[in-house]
Amino acid sequence: MIQPDWELFVNSLWPLLDGAVRGTIPLALASFAIGLVLALVLALMRLSSKRALAAIARGYISIVRGTPLLVQLFVIFYGLPSIGVLIDPWPSAIVAFSVNVGGYAAEVIRAAILSVPKGQWEAAYMIGMSRNRALTRIILPQAARVSVPPLSNTFISLVKDTSLASLILVTELFREAQQIAAFSQKFMLLYLEAALIYWVICLILSTGQGFLEKRLDRYVAR
Amino acid sequence: MSPVDLPAGVGSGRTDAAPLLRVRGLKKSFGSNRVLESVDLAVGPGRVLALIGPSGSGKTTILRCLNGLELPDGGTIEVAAAASADADTGQGRGSTSTAVVVDFAAKTSPKQLAALRDRSAMVFQLYNLFPHKTVLQNVIEGPVVVQRRPLAEVTAEALALLERVGLTNKRDSYPFELSGGQQQRVGIVRALALRPQLLLFDEPTSALDPELVGDVLRLIKELADEGWSMVIVTHELEFAREVAHEIAFVDGGTIVEHGDPKQLLRHPQQERTRQFLYRLLNPF
Ligand SMILES: Nc1ncnc2c1ncn2[C@@H]1O[C@H](COP(=O)(O)OP(=O)(O)O)[C@@H](O)[C@H]1O
Ligand SMILES: [Mg+2]
Repeated sequence: MIQPDWELFVNSLWPLLDGAVRGTIPLALASFAIGLVLALVLALMRLSSKRALAAIARGYISIVRGTPLLVQLFVIFYGLPSIGVLIDPWPSAIVAFSVNVGGYAAEVIRAAILSVPKGQWEAAYMIGMSRNRALTRIILPQAARVSVPPLSNTFISLVKDTSLASLILVTELFREAQQIAAFSQKFMLLYLEAALIYWVICLILSTGQGFLEKRLDRYVAR
Repeated sequence: MSPVDLPAGVGSGRTDAAPLLRVRGLKKSFGSNRVLESVDLAVGPGRVLALIGPSGSGKTTILRCLNGLELPDGGTIEVAAAASADADTGQGRGSTSTAVVVDFAAKTSPKQLAALRDRSAMVFQLYNLFPHKTVLQNVIEGPVVVQRRPLAEVTAEALALLERVGLTNKRDSYPFELSGGQQQRVGIVRALALRPQLLLFDEPTSALDPELVGDVLRLIKELADEGWSMVIVTHELEFAREVAHEIAFVDGGTIVEHGDPKQLLRHPQQERTRQFLYRLLNPF
């Protein structure tokens, strides 16, 4: 049995956490924020009565969900330069992850909007609201509450998926682990340590998700 | 001549006042399903019209058309200008409003539907309160956000209305914390706060537990006594007889028969009305 190198474990902890704090977490947060805005636009396009808009959104969502995230990432970072578009690693990663989250979250948001009972639209119209105002003041707040569980899952997946950014040279948790592992040749230790940190981050996030759901669940029309 | 073609149609019980609401030849189909064949009715100021009829006969659709929630295929809806007397009672949107006349045979603009919606307020069968807003927020949303009236004034008015229905202590509660009867009273207060000329009730008590029905019906009766103009869809015949000035029996998308509540309920002229009343009074 190989004795774990606890000293290396402890010494690596700081660089890995640093990678999480300066790479993984901001990457996930920025991509999620941009992706959500994109998703809301796409969801509204999908629900629009204008066929062209709906078709564009449907096509986008289909492509994003029908292709691997890794391929999307490589097309943007390694593919685009061949047609003269050069993007740095960080922006490339944010673009790829945002585009991806946009596609998945759009369907979540669309379903959430559709899940708000028709009576809520009617009551909003009854008190004199326009479609837009009904959407922003009555429907979206309720849809947001319904979206919390599935969007939390999207976010947790995203946190893990950001490890792919190591393949386009973004310094984040996993790339730190790779580098220390290559240097020390302790692959098992470093990759398990990285796994452990991802796991702790996700545990924290799911606990937060639980709290959020409890708080919001009550105000949903049934 | 069918009953609805009588000179002044439903609502003509009192001829001294011009009707507040007049509907002529209202038609509505959903695809190939002709839900409203041709509906004529009128409601005078301060009058209450009760609509009764079997499920699926088009009662809700009539109310939804009146509230501009549904776009009819044909017919006209007219709402008279708010009488200046309404301004004194705090009812209606003041004496400045003009008459709204919408002819659905022509192309109808969203503006016209909005104008129609402006004049009436609906109380829904399932309350349809906004679950993410408190009781008070539910009530002031329309007056403040849509009608752009001053928050302080609207809040004071809303609190007075809540007080009158005994829900002051629930002002900061959310709908899920209220019983059905309390929710429906908030639904009524929300409608009143819009200061409509016409109140529309769609089976306001049919979703309530039996012991909660009384409170809501009593409130509606009080409003009727105060002179609010209303159209009420209901299966509560006893209530309709007491509160309504006129009852119309709706079946198959037309008004089969209408008239004085006591007359109509005791001596229905049409066979379909008779059968409906018989089934309602003798469920098994
Ligand atoms: N939005 C709609 N789309 C299609 N059919 C509808 C719609 N609303 C109502 N209907 C149909 O119209 C008929 C009358 O419905 P409704 O006005 O709700 O009747 P009531 O309120 O008298 O029970 C029913 O057959 C119903 O299925
Ligand atoms: Mg109905």
